[in-house]
Amino acid sequence: MISLSQVSKRYPGGYEALKDISFTIEKGEMVFVTGHSGAGKSTLLNLIVAIEPPSSGSIIINGQNLSQLRPAAVPFLRRNFGLIFQDHKLLFDRSAFDNVMLPLEITGFDRAEAAKRVRAALDKVGLLEREKAMPIALSGGEQQRLCIARAIVHRPSILLADEPTGNLDSAYAGEILEMFKSFNQVGVTVVIVTHDEQLIERFGNRTLHFQHGRLAS
Amino acid sequence: MSRHWRTLMSTLRRLAGTPIATLITVSVIGIALSLPAGLYLLLSNLAQVSSSLEIQPQISLFLKLDAGRDAQRQIEQKLKSHGAIRTFRFVSREQALKELSASNGLGDLAAGLPNNPLPDAYILTAKGNDAALLDKLRLEVSQWPGVESAELDSAWARRLNALLELGQQLTLMLAVLLAFGLIAGMGNIIRLQILTRQEEIEVSKLVGATNRFIRLPFLYHGALQGLLGGLAAWGIIATSTQLLNISVTRLASLYGSTFRLGGLAMNDVAMLLGISAFLGWLGAYLAVSHFLRHFHLSHH
Ligand SMILES: Nc1ncnc2c1ncn2[C@@H]1O[C@H](COP(=O)(O)OP(=O)(O)OP(=O)(O)O)[C@@H](O)[C@H]1O
Ligand SMILES: [Mg+2]
Repeated sequence: MISLSQVSKRYPGGYEALKDISFTIEKGEMVFVTGHSGAGKSTLLNLIVAIEPPSSGSIIINGQNLSQLRPAAVPFLRRNFGLIFQDHKLLFDRSAFDNVMLPLEITGFDRAEAAKRVRAALDKVGLLEREKAMPIALSGGEQQRLCIARAIVHRPSILLADEPTGNLDSAYAGEILEMFKSFNQVGVTVVIVTHDEQLIERFGNRTLHFQHGRLAS
Repeated sequence: MSRHWRTLMSTLRRLAGTPIATLITVSVIGIALSLPAGLYLLLSNLAQVSSSLEIQPQISLFLKLDAGRDAQRQIEQKLKSHGAIRTFRFVSREQALKELSASNGLGDLAAGLPNNPLPDAYILTAKGNDAALLDKLRLEVSQWPGVESAELDSAWARRLNALLELGQQLTLMLAVLLAFGLIAGMGNIIRLQILTRQEEIEVSKLVGATNRFIRLPFLYHGALQGLLGGLAAWGIIATSTQLLNISVTRLASLYGSTFRLGGLAMNDVAMLLGISAFLGWLGAYLAVSHFLRHFHLSHH
């Protein structure tokens, strides 16, 4: 569960990217977040995963109030999330396999079991044959899917996707959204940031619409 | 455990992947460490020489060459009744010459002398070991009639000991200074390492890595380079000792001695390696911690 109450975010320099935001996303929900460029969508995700602190208001994730979280506990909070970044954040010095391995590696997961999970995740996004490929050798869409594999490999309870279909054609974007829907069907809470109004209409999920840092109804 | 093993392997691969940089770093550390370690070795060799010398202080009382039998008898009387003197023995000039020729390969020299230049002498040992008392005693006996001079044999051994102590203190200071330099240098190397791996750190943090996890490879990097530097220092010292021993043994043989410089003992080597690995680790730890304290994740 993700719950924000009266959250504002003012960046150093004074720009107020989010103003008085309150909403709750229930466990097992699938929600779209939309809005113009610069509306504060990425900022919202940053606050939820404790990359940035809110300037005011409170954020509660799975019953934990982030403002009461010790710094040492933040890594463990983040392990609840599967993150798909707007700019991928793949590591170009290692193979597709090793990129997907990272979230398991940091938890000290058993190596053999981890390898099985990595292959399962790669299989899910259709990249099993490319496990040895370096990210640079993958197409834009394949890189996007590699991100998704990395986000789901540790079976997170919440999936946060920032423009996961950004540079994909609409047929393909639909496929990826179907994949998210299937995660949602097995109980994962899914939050998808997107510009794509067509997709939103097609799936018909609840949508949080942002405008200049405010939540429009 | 397996993470440690994999980290060790990947660190070794990383070091081997930049052989020139690794070689330079390791030699710099090796040279820096070999200075205090070499000095330490030299001093312990000297200390060994000095401890093999007579420690029980003696006063040599040299009689005037023309001091007659009477003067000698009076001196002997005084020695017997003197409260501060434990033992004394008479060494006649003939005996002294014999001892000289027998020792230290100076026989040829003694044989070449036209007549015996040595005086009669008494060798005294005092009851106390206190430097001031010994000196007072020396002064007293040197003023007795018939006495040419009195010398405290331990004086130069004491001076040597004092010098050795000074040397040890200087070595320690040098070692401490170099240790700070080493920590700072290693910190800088690790800082550069971190800069090349910043993305990896960022992504690791985003997916929930702890600081501990992020530190580990850098700690291995620092400790391993320190250890290699320690091994280099050991190599430098062992080689220099071997080279010096060529001339040291030649010099010693001139004095009829079989003295040669000892190398570092196994526990000294273990200490050297342990300290160098630790200093590397510490430099790395400080550098990563500093980085993590100031590191801010950017947005999506
Ligand atoms: N670190 C930052 N420091 C200062 N201002 C920032 C920072 N990050 C974002 N902003 C500003 O906050 C506003 C919201 O940014 P945000 O990235 O949340 O927008 P967005 O809705 O994700 O846009 P897009 O659809 O283009 O990704 C923007 O005007 C941006 O310039
Ligand atoms: Mg954005």
